[in-house]
Amino acid sequence: MMHKDEKIWLTLSFGLIMGFMLITGYQTLVLGMGPPSGMDTIDPQAVETTAPFDEPGVYQIGENEYEVVMTLQVFSFDPGDIEIPAGSTVHFTMTSKDVIHGVQIAGTNMNAMVTPGHVQRITQTFSEPGEYLMLCNEYCGTGHQFMATTITVK
Amino acid sequence: MEAVKLNFQDKTNKALGINEEDALITKTYMIVAFTALLIGGTLGLLQGLNRAGLLELPVWFNYYQVLTAHGLLLVLVLTAFFTIGYFYAAMSHSLGGLLPKVRKMAWIGFGMKIVGFVMAVIPILLNQATVMFTFYPPMAASPWFYIGLVFIVLGVWMCAFGAFIQVANWRKNNKGQHLPIISYFATGVFVLLFFGSVPVAIEVLYIIPWSIGWIETINVMLARTLFWAFGHTLVNIWYLTALSAWYVVVPKIIGGRRFSDTLTRLVIILLVIMNIPGGFHHQIVDPGITESVKYMHVFMSLAIGFPSLMTAYAMFSVFEKTARKKGGTGIFAWFKKLPWGDVRFLAPMIAMIAFIPGGAGGIVQSTNQLNQVVHNTLWVVGHFHLTVGTTVVLTFFGISYWLVPYVSKRVLTPKINKLGVITTLIWTAGMSFMAIAMHWVGLLGSPRRTSYTTYADNATALSWDPYLMFLAVGGTLLMVGVILQVYAVVHLMFFAPKGETEFPIADVEDNASKTPMWTESWGRVVVLLLLLVAMGYVIPLVEFIGNAPPGSPPFQTW
Repeated sequence: MMHKDEKIWLTLSFGLIMGFMLITGYQTLVLGMGPPSGMDTIDPQAVETTAPFDEPGVYQIGENEYEVVMTLQVFSFDPGDIEIPAGSTVHFTMTSKDVIHGVQIAGTNMNAMVTPGHVQRITQTFSEPGEYLMLCNEYCGTGHQFMATTITVK
Repeated sequence: MEAVKLNFQDKTNKALGINEEDALITKTYMIVAFTALLIGGTLGLLQGLNRAGLLELPVWFNYYQVLTAHGLLLVLVLTAFFTIGYFYAAMSHSLGGLLPKVRKMAWIGFGMKIVGFVMAVIPILLNQATVMFTFYPPMAASPWFYIGLVFIVLGVWMCAFGAFIQVANWRKNNKGQHLPIISYFATGVFVLLFFGSVPVAIEVLYIIPWSIGWIETINVMLARTLFWAFGHTLVNIWYLTALSAWYVVVPKIIGGRRFSDTLTRLVIILLVIMNIPGGFHHQIVDPGITESVKYMHVFMSLAIGFPSLMTAYAMFSVFEKTARKKGGTGIFAWFKKLPWGDVRFLAPMIAMIAFIPGGAGGIVQSTNQLNQVVHNTLWVVGHFHLTVGTTVVLTFFGISYWLVPYVSKRVLTPKINKLGVITTLIWTAGMSFMAIAMHWVGLLGSPRRTSYTTYADNATALSWDPYLMFLAVGGTLLMVGVILQVYAVVHLMFFAPKGETEFPIADVEDNASKTPMWTESWGRVVVLLLLLVAMGYVIPLVEFIGNAPPGSPPFQTW
């Protein structure tokens, strides 16, 4: 009953979806480009006294490699106004002290949810110098539109 | 079998018009739906103007309050009331009138939803529930907001059970027959409405004691996951409702026949069983979920694309066949033979065309890496305005031009039809301005759900402003569209000339193959649905409960 062109269309449709699956799988499982999926937990009411978040800041951990330990809270990032040299790879270790926040750096692929009780991790390499806008992209209250900072890459 | 089917079709076609009492249900639901469109649309305009930096909203009615109300009115009230009103008319028409018991249930459901809605909206207006329609804990609204949501869910369930009773009764009296296709769609929609809203009901019942203060902390990720098990199902429910008009109504309006009955039923079954786990793709960049679970969910989300791609073929096949019968020729020239001047065709047709980029964008967002680029940016809002705002809403508009006169025993005049065509074109232009600009500026990084800001005159943020201006332009056009559409509905409901309007249901093709009986076994569909839900959710839920961090206390951050 099915026409030949219908069969072609359905085969293409199925192939399209499988293609997306294969590419996503290859990127995730082979290239290690999986989505940010921090699995550690933390007491959201004791962030300030729990390592490493008792001392948020920028730490150099290798040549061209940095760790940024960051807390998110209404309506700021701690530390803010980060400066790093061009070509650095930055590992962000983040958690929220209060409600759900989203962290995004415009012009890069860095985009992750930061939920209270969880430690989120995401890595970004900054090859091009410039001033990058880092902002909260999950509504978190009246001052949500002010929750932003910059990363200066020199 | 053939004779029985014909006989039945005759009967339903002869019984033009609708039982007065059944009509009253649909009319009331439509009035609520289009009132919600008017208010929700106005709030949408205010938002667009604010986001473009053209309008400062007062402190006593801020951007986030407006956004919460806009979302609730349009994605919950407009769509739910329209869907229920439409399918109750469809069941009344195709199943020989509603049972008195079912009618009563529709009214009780209506009452519960209205009570729930008023309870939810008052705290929003008082700025006690500015938590958005996603109401992610640990942001905590006034308990009345959540109690209102419970009543809305209970009201929806009441209508769903009414539909199940109606369908079961018909099947008992028509053993061995296929449920009429439009009621088959209704069954699929109400099954999804029930099972899809179970997770949010659990979530809300668990938020209420926390928001009152009876329990101290809440499991944030558990609540978030339960929300999305419902959230994406909901939008696919409206989409399935639109599909019913594409498969069943549009072919009749253009003078054609329905595409394969078996395929139609299969598409409904697939959308029902695969839908709920699909919502997980909203959590691709969340912490606390392993990459392998996320990968499985990418597959579950993408799978929903398959029945949509089947639909794309089916629809264009019907268009081409019908147009060629009317003398259309060429590879594309037959397009001209379609009734473009008929709003009942034009609106759903543009809706379908909008679903091509809309659906493609959906497939894009379901994959890990692409999702990470656009997650929580205005791209997502653009996608939503294409799929729900254009595809679903324009189909609903198209339906209203025959459904409203059908229930009010009036007719669509050429004048109102012309007005409808203009409305459709204005709507299309408005949504195009908005959706295209949102997609683009979202790729550049502009966040969603954020009031106007330049982030202290940051150069990157300032470069988004020209795109955001299109939101104001689009929003203004859409407001004109809303006013015209509401006018048309009011006219068709109360002022158009009296007469009989048909409930358009296309026949199947003459040489159509017999639909297999397995399509009738809804028990099996529900078992498959539950199996897929279990596949999708058992691992993450066990993980969230078993490895739960200490919970979060409530916060009021607005």
